[in-house]
Amino acid sequence: MSKPRVAIHKFASCSGCQLAFVNMGIELVELTKLVEIVHMAEVGHVAPESENVDIAFVEGSITTPHDVERLLKIREHSKYLITMGACATSGGIQALRNHADAAEWMRSVYAKPEYIQSLSTSAAIANHVKVDFELWGCPVSVRQMLAAIRSFLFGVPPQILREKVCQECKRRGNNCILITQGAACMGPVTRTGCGALCPTFGAPCYTCYGPAEGTNTASFGQRLMGLGLNADQVARKFASINNAAPVFSEATEMFATKTWMEE
Amino acid sequence: MNTLASRDPDRDINIEVPLLTRVEGEGSLELTARNGRIETLQLSIFEPPRLFEKFLEGQDYTEVPHIAARVCGVCPIAYQMTSIRAMEKIFGVVEDPWVHAMRRVIYYGEWLQSHALHINLFAAPDFLGFADALEMASRFPDEVKRGMQLQGLGNDMLRLLGGRSVHPIGLRVGGFHRAPPKHEVADLVDKLLAARDMVREFVAWAVSLPCPVDEQTFVSVAIRHPREYGLNEGRLASDQGLDIDFADYPRHFREHQVAHSTAHYSMMDGRSYFLGPLARMNLNFDRLPLEIQDFARDLGLKFPARNMFMNVAARALECYLAIVDTLNILQRYKLPTRPWQDFTPRAGVGHHCTEAPRGMIYHRFELDANGRVIIATMIPPTSQNQARLEQNLHVAVERFGLNHPDDALRDLCEKVIRNYDPCLSCSTHFLKLKVTRGE
Repeated sequence: MSKPRVAIHKFASCSGCQLAFVNMGIELVELTKLVEIVHMAEVGHVAPESENVDIAFVEGSITTPHDVERLLKIREHSKYLITMGACATSGGIQALRNHADAAEWMRSVYAKPEYIQSLSTSAAIANHVKVDFELWGCPVSVRQMLAAIRSFLFGVPPQILREKVCQECKRRGNNCILITQGAACMGPVTRTGCGALCPTFGAPCYTCYGPAEGTNTASFGQRLMGLGLNADQVARKFASINNAAPVFSEATEMFATKTWMEE
Repeated sequence: MNTLASRDPDRDINIEVPLLTRVEGEGSLELTARNGRIETLQLSIFEPPRLFEKFLEGQDYTEVPHIAARVCGVCPIAYQMTSIRAMEKIFGVVEDPWVHAMRRVIYYGEWLQSHALHINLFAAPDFLGFADALEMASRFPDEVKRGMQLQGLGNDMLRLLGGRSVHPIGLRVGGFHRAPPKHEVADLVDKLLAARDMVREFVAWAVSLPCPVDEQTFVSVAIRHPREYGLNEGRLASDQGLDIDFADYPRHFREHQVAHSTAHYSMMDGRSYFLGPLARMNLNFDRLPLEIQDFARDLGLKFPARNMFMNVAARALECYLAIVDTLNILQRYKLPTRPWQDFTPRAGVGHHCTEAPRGMIYHRFELDANGRVIIATMIPPTSQNQARLEQNLHVAVERFGLNHPDDALRDLCEKVIRNYDPCLSCSTHFLKLKVTRGE
């Protein structure tokens, strides 16, 4: 039986998810015994988008007309398409420009904006094509990525983890920094997958794995205001790495526009 | 057909490589030659305009390190550290010795990870004639494994203080969120001790790779420190007499935009300049621990060097430095009372430079009285190297001769570009090689 064929494609991103993948080290060599990597420019494999593959991993968000064309071709020629990381899954940090005057921004960064061809938005892959599975995280968790590959090889759907960072934090036996220190930790609305990394380091979670299941952002935002943040600061807490994920963009909207009692 | 045979140098040449491989990010190059003369030789770059500097505006200083890191997954520490130090200068924070030492450790982790990956997976296949590292692994399994172990060690250094290797979360304005417990430091020290011989073998091997000779004239720019190998503190220096405070960067360095690229070009006093491991080694060889200077001399290496491909040797020596200096720091590790310093946010302007794996990076932050960003400027090394890289290509292709077959020309161009270890995600996106030879 021939090995399943895997491609890794990149759109607008920092390359960090691919790097997390390459950082596997020796396991990467092991992985190539199970699958054939037909496209991954970073390590030297290039295949046209029209090459048929079993699994296409996609890193990055869609920001140019050319991106859209490439993505459609990739979708057409892959059996499963998996988004890898925050940019591909929710549009990434760069989706912050979706609510701004993109042309004005472009003018202020580039003296000659007419040279730049760009869409006015940074969009998640799912805004353009069907996505079979989403891997959240900034960067993506390689453990989750390998588990997804394994599941697809076995012909079963990968397990979807949507629980909150808080659950993982409790299992690690951490003291809650929100309760004990009044830190503006976003763990209660953020999906786990990182292993509750930030709170374990005593740092507040900043939503890099996207929204968790069953969040109550209105109530949680008010709790943050109770800690001393103003409405604008609360809005910005939701408008971070996964600002365009619907749960977070709605929460941002809610706190950015309504007049909240600040007394 | 004999691929080595000479070709008519006046012929029409048309080469197109849609995607340059084994660099960080994606991009393209165009070469046009007519009647034996190069007409255009330029990197055509599409930097997806992610506009980071704009969405940093209005952000609280506490959010800046998370956001700045996302410019580049390969050198997030460079972005975090440079922005943090620029803002600390506004707040009047004087780095305490513990924080300074630990910042060097995590930065060395980023160097080691990035350099080992570059030499092992990007550069070595070039010089040994393999399409990629996985193909190379079948012939040189031990060498590839060793490179991956060093890369992994760099990641371990990043994890000790940063929690994870890509977009670490340990840094904050004032210092670190967490001081690593002693047992974690001791574990890492054991690994570093075990890697000491390995990295010497690695350097010797990297130096022995069959690199081309590409002598060029260029100005090296790097951070120079009174005692340390310039990394995160010091002054900006060049081998032509530049010696300035980081705050004077805007007086000497100017960015401009060109039609064929969406990355900004940067000039120093109107001229191109060169950043990165070789520039650092050219300026700071005397700041290396003696053990490394001696080892370099034993291998027959001499700095300053003009051969661009000595960048490989410089990168390898910096891997050695990362391990030796980290050992010096961590073998004397003491737990601090607290891993960060207190400060009060205030308004002002702060400038800072550090040495990213690919060269000097400059940040300027202007904050309001609450510590919110008014204006942010971040100038990555790859766009600063852009003008020099194109000049380098020009000279290298002319010397090599257009009488060579297209494949050989493309191969040379790719080697020259890869030698800069350009990080196209930072500043650029698409790199295609398109050669047009017309009458």
